[in-house]
Amino acid sequence: MTGENLALQYLLSGITKGSVYAAVAVGFNLIYSATGVLNLAQGEFVMLGGMVAVTLAQYVALPVAVSGAVVIVALTGCLLEILFFRKLDRHSVLHLIIITIGLSIVLQEAALHIWDEKVRSLPYFTGNEVSSVHFLGATISPQVLWVLGTVGVTVLALQGFLHYTLQGRAMRACSSNPEAAMLAGINLRTMRTLAFGLSAGLGALAGCVISPITMTQYEMGTPLAIKGFAGAILGGLGNPMAGVLGGLLVGVLEAASVSRLPAAYNDVAAFAVLLLVLFVRPRGLFGAGNAGSVREG
Amino acid sequence: MSAISGPHKRGVTGVVSGCARLVTATLLGVVLAIQSASAAGQPKPIKIGALFSVTGPASFLGAPEAKTARLLIDKLNASGGVGGRKFELVLKDTGGSPEKAVSFARQLIEEDKVLAIIGPSTSGETMQIKSLCEENKMILISCAAAEVIVNPVAKYVFKVPQNDGQAVTWIYRTMKEKGIRKIAVLSSNDGYGAAGRKQLQELSKAEGIEIVADEVYDRQATDLSDILTKVKSKSGLQAVVNWSIVPAQSIVPKNMRQMGLDVPLFQSLGFANRKYIEQAGVAAEGILFPAGRLLIAEDLPEDHPQKKVLVTYKHDYEAAYHEEVSTFGGHVYDALMIVVEGLKEAGGPDREKVRDAIEHLKGFVGTDGIFNYSAADHTGLDMNAFEMLTVKGGKFTTYKK
Repeated sequence: MTGENLALQYLLSGITKGSVYAAVAVGFNLIYSATGVLNLAQGEFVMLGGMVAVTLAQYVALPVAVSGAVVIVALTGCLLEILFFRKLDRHSVLHLIIITIGLSIVLQEAALHIWDEKVRSLPYFTGNEVSSVHFLGATISPQVLWVLGTVGVTVLALQGFLHYTLQGRAMRACSSNPEAAMLAGINLRTMRTLAFGLSAGLGALAGCVISPITMTQYEMGTPLAIKGFAGAILGGLGNPMAGVLGGLLVGVLEAASVSRLPAAYNDVAAFAVLLLVLFVRPRGLFGAGNAGSVREG
Repeated sequence: MSAISGPHKRGVTGVVSGCARLVTATLLGVVLAIQSASAAGQPKPIKIGALFSVTGPASFLGAPEAKTARLLIDKLNASGGVGGRKFELVLKDTGGSPEKAVSFARQLIEEDKVLAIIGPSTSGETMQIKSLCEENKMILISCAAAEVIVNPVAKYVFKVPQNDGQAVTWIYRTMKEKGIRKIAVLSSNDGYGAAGRKQLQELSKAEGIEIVADEVYDRQATDLSDILTKVKSKSGLQAVVNWSIVPAQSIVPKNMRQMGLDVPLFQSLGFANRKYIEQAGVAAEGILFPAGRLLIAEDLPEDHPQKKVLVTYKHDYEAAYHEEVSTFGGHVYDALMIVVEGLKEAGGPDREKVRDAIEHLKGFVGTDGIFNYSAADHTGLDMNAFEMLTVKGGKFTTYKK
C-alpha cells in the first residue's frame, strides 16, 4: 500500500468505528434536548434493539424484524419512563440521571436472563462478511454505508420533527422552559414519555444497523454508550447533527492514534482530545451556546 | 368503636400467628421425618463443589461448564452413583470475579465441606484460590488453561485443559511447515489475551518466528480495521495470530477479508465453538487453530481411543440442551470424571486417598485427551492432545498439509 492509500484506509477505518458511535450519539442527544436528562441506559436500548431484531429475524424477513425491534424497544422505553420517572416531577435532573444508571444495570441483567450470554448478530444488509466497497485503493464494508445512511436519514428526520411539527416544538419547549411550557398547555409528562420512547426507538434502530459490524451481546451497551456519549459531548450536547459529527470524529481520532501509537493507547488519545476540546470549548465543537450550559433541576 | 377494635385486631393476629406457628412446626416435623427416613435408607450424597463464571465476561466458558456439570451429575446419580452413594453438586456462579471465586471457595471448603472443587473457569480466578486450596488440603481441578496453575506444582491442584504454551508450539510448528517466518500478533487486553501474547512472544525465538507487529486491543472493541490497516502496512507479513475470545475473534477475520489482507489467520483454542464460525460467516473459512478433538468427534476413525467418549458426551449434551457442544464443557466432563475415577480407586470419599489416586491416574480417556498425571505433572496431557483444525465449508475439519 502506498502512503496515501494507507492514510485513506485509516480514515475509512475511523469512519467505520465513528459511524457506530454516531448512531449511539443521536439517541443521547434526543433525550437530552427534550428533558435535560442524560440517559445512561441509552447503550442498553441499542443492545435491546439488536437482540430483539436477531430473535425476530429467525421468523420474519429482515426489514420486518428491524421495524418490529424498533417498535418493541420504543414501547419499552415509554413503559420504563412511566414506571420509573413519571412520579418524580419534583426531583432534580441529577436524581433522574442516577435512575438511568440503575436502569442500565437492570436492562443488562434482564437481557442476560431473557436471552443468554452468547454473542449474536444480524446478517449483513448487503453482501456478506467479506464483501467490501473499493474506494481509491482503500476498502470499507457496505454495512458502514448502511449505518451512515441510516444515521443521516434519522438525524434529518429528527431535525424536521423537532423544528417543524407541533409535537416536536412542544418537546423542545419542555426542555428550554418547563414552567412556561406547562402554562402554554403542554403536558410535560406525556412529552417526556414520548422523548424516551423516541430515543429508545432510535437506539434500537442503531443497534440493528450496527449489529453485523459489532455483533450483539448483553453487555455491549455500556462501552458503546461511553463512546457515543463522548461523541455527543465532543460535537455539542443537545444538537443531533453535531453528535453525529462528534461520533465520527472520535472514531477517526482513534484510527489516527492507532496509526502512530500502539493500539492499546487509542482510548487515551481519543479521550485526551475530548478533554482538551472541553477545556477550550465547554459547549463542544458545534454546540450552541445555550445548549451547552449546565442544567439544574 | 376504635377502642374496641384495637384489642380485637390483636386477638385475630394472635390466633393467626398461633396457627402459622402450628403449621410451621408440623411442616418442620414432616420435613425432619422425611429427612431422617431418607438418612436411614440411603447414605448421604457426596458433595462436589463447582465454581464457574456462568455470567459475566467469561460466561462463554462458564455457561456450558455449568450445564455439563448438571448433566453429568444427573447421569451419575441415575446410574446409582459410586459405591452406592449419590452426588450433590454445589454450584456457585463467580461471574468471572476473582474476589467472588475466593469467597465461594472458602464457603465450599469451610461450610459445604465438599470432596473436591471443579473450576474455576478462568486462569485469573484459579490463581487466586490456588494457595487457599493448597493450605486447606482441598482438591482443585481447574478448567482454565494457563500453565502457571500447575507450574510450580501444588499438591492438591490439578488442571484439565491443554496448556496454552502447547497450543502456541502447535501454531508455530504449523507455520514452519507452511514456510511462514514473519507474523503479526494481535491480542485482547484481558487475562486470556495477555497470557497467550506472553507465550507467543516467549516461544517465537526458539521456533525461529519473527513478530513484526504486536498490537493489544480493547476486549470489547467493535471494529479492528484500523489495527489491521497497520498490520497490513508491514512488509513481508506472512500470517496473523489473534489471541482473544468473542466478539473480537469473529471481528478480526471479517475485517481482514474486507480489506483484502489475504494471509493465513491463526486463532487460539478459544475459537473452538461452531457458533463462532456462524458469527464470522464466510470470513471464517481457512482459519487455523489448535484444539482438542471434540469438535471433529464424528470424523475421527472408529478405532481412535477418544472416539467413544467424545461422541457420547457430544450426543448427551446436544440432546439435553439443544445447542452445539463446546470444548469448555468438555473440560468439566474430564474434571468430574477424574474425581469419580479417583473416588473409585480410593474406595471412598477420603480426600487424601482420592488425591493420591488422581495423581497416579494413567491412561484416563477424556474429551481433552488421554490423561497421565504424575507427582511432577498435574496437567496430564501432552502435545498429542491437540489437533490443528481449520474451517472448511462452514465446518471444523482437521487441517491437512
